[in-house]
Amino acid sequence: MRILDPHIHMTSRTTDDYEAMYAAGVRAVVEPAFWLGQPRTGVGSFVDYFDALIGWERFRAAQFGIRHHATIGLNPKEANDPRCREVLEVIPRYLAKEGVVAVGELGYDAMTREEDEVFAAQLAMAVTAELPALVHTPHRDKLAGTRRTLDVVRDAGMTPDRVLVDHLNETTVALVRDAGAWAGFSIYPDTKMDEVRMVAILREYGLERMIVNSAADWGRSDPLKTWRTGMTMLEAGFTADEVDQVLWRNPVAFFGSTLVLDPVPGFVAGAAPVPAEFAGSSVLRGVRA
Amino acid sequence: MTPTTPSPARTDHDPTVSRPPSSPAADPPTVVAAALAPATGWLAEAVAEVRRDPGTLAQPFAWAARRVGRDPLRPGSDPGGVVHGTVADAARAALVVAAFDGDVAPDALAEELRVRYREGDTGERRGVLRGLDALTVRGPLPPELVPVGLELAADALRTNDPSLVAAATGPFAAAHLDQHSWRHAVVKLVFQQVSLDAVTGLTERADAELARMAGDLAAERRAAGRVVPDDLARIAGPEKEF
Repeated sequence: MRILDPHIHMTSRTTDDYEAMYAAGVRAVVEPAFWLGQPRTGVGSFVDYFDALIGWERFRAAQFGIRHHATIGLNPKEANDPRCREVLEVIPRYLAKEGVVAVGELGYDAMTREEDEVFAAQLAMAVTAELPALVHTPHRDKLAGTRRTLDVVRDAGMTPDRVLVDHLNETTVALVRDAGAWAGFSIYPDTKMDEVRMVAILREYGLERMIVNSAADWGRSDPLKTWRTGMTMLEAGFTADEVDQVLWRNPVAFFGSTLVLDPVPGFVAGAAPVPAEFAGSSVLRGVRA
Repeated sequence: MTPTTPSPARTDHDPTVSRPPSSPAADPPTVVAAALAPATGWLAEAVAEVRRDPGTLAQPFAWAARRVGRDPLRPGSDPGGVVHGTVADAARAALVVAAFDGDVAPDALAEELRVRYREGDTGERRGVLRGLDALTVRGPLPPELVPVGLELAADALRTNDPSLVAAATGPFAAAHLDQHSWRHAVVKLVFQQVSLDAVTGLTERADAELARMAGDLAAERRAAGRVVPDDLARIAGPEKEF
């Protein structure tokens, strides 16, 4: 099973997670910029975070054979803080970076006027940068928030097939599919969506434009939920090719050519990442470095 | 590779005093040689454009890896492109050289390189460092570029990304980095298990203090029952055996 997890906050995860993910078949991830639990107080904090997403975290993932990508954006929660609004000025420069595959995650939290403005401004940046947009649906008032999200996307002049609307459930999936957008599902231990419910949705709606992620972060979550969903699909009678469509080909098709998908050069599965204490010679170092 | 950009002084010195590398073009590092070779395809067009207007550097610099690829320059011994660089590193260095060859004042170019590094991702940062390496090898480097090079090398040497540390130990470092910082850069590469083939001028700049640091590290590893990295022997001094 080969897996691209299109929504996972690896900054909040451990190296054990990276090892387990590789063993389960994860070869590429997309890490959307989001809030860190503790609200930020200024632009500098965002700049360091964005730099880490395209720098340190990409390096860390490569140590474990996994290609790391990011989406960059100002999240709706912090869009409500005027001290953070200025981050909009630095976002275009990040959208030009290698490995930045979309604008996001965007969307609504409390559905304020500030959130409207920041959402629309960043969709315009996505159009200019020729990137797709990753949009999440709010926790509260989810159905109304999803409708408003689709309206804003339409008004921004973005074609729906360039938008992935995430964190969907049984009540919002039809709305998003009918609009022509990609449908994303975050498989959580017990809240947003679970793998059994996910399989039922795939049975009802089919596999086209369907995307599954773990959305693992610093909260209770599981970075192997993509793999568990694949296993649950197989147990329910889906073929290996159908699993591959949902867990690999669909996200690859959505993000497109900005992904880097060739294997990490020099990575040896099972070998410890540097510093490797068992390999003291220059030759082995050369291979591992 | 044979280090060929020697810096004879082996004492700590004022880092602002630049030391011109001797016989700079004799046997440059692989990534520098690749950067100074004639460009083809997309890179040739980008180089021509940047040379015509150095103000256009930002976009091709960001796009380089997506246009020329990321292959290691010496895949056999360095599949990750950490020690000897990648095709993209060389392309970005070539773009820096093109900007230098354009109509731009050295202090303006210094500021441009600072921004390209500070606002760059890891690949772009390596590209700036390798560009300075290429300019150093082609030499002589205008004095306005030395302080910014030292500032950016210091930043790279603080990171834990081996590719950045390696890129900050090339010809520019050999010619301009102060001895204390240079020694720490070398030992950091040993810690990161990066071959010291990455270091330009290793034998020329290695001194008794570096040998002492190598000996202490070897002793510490032996005391912990850990493997002593082979590369420590390369900097242990003539009389030491590990």
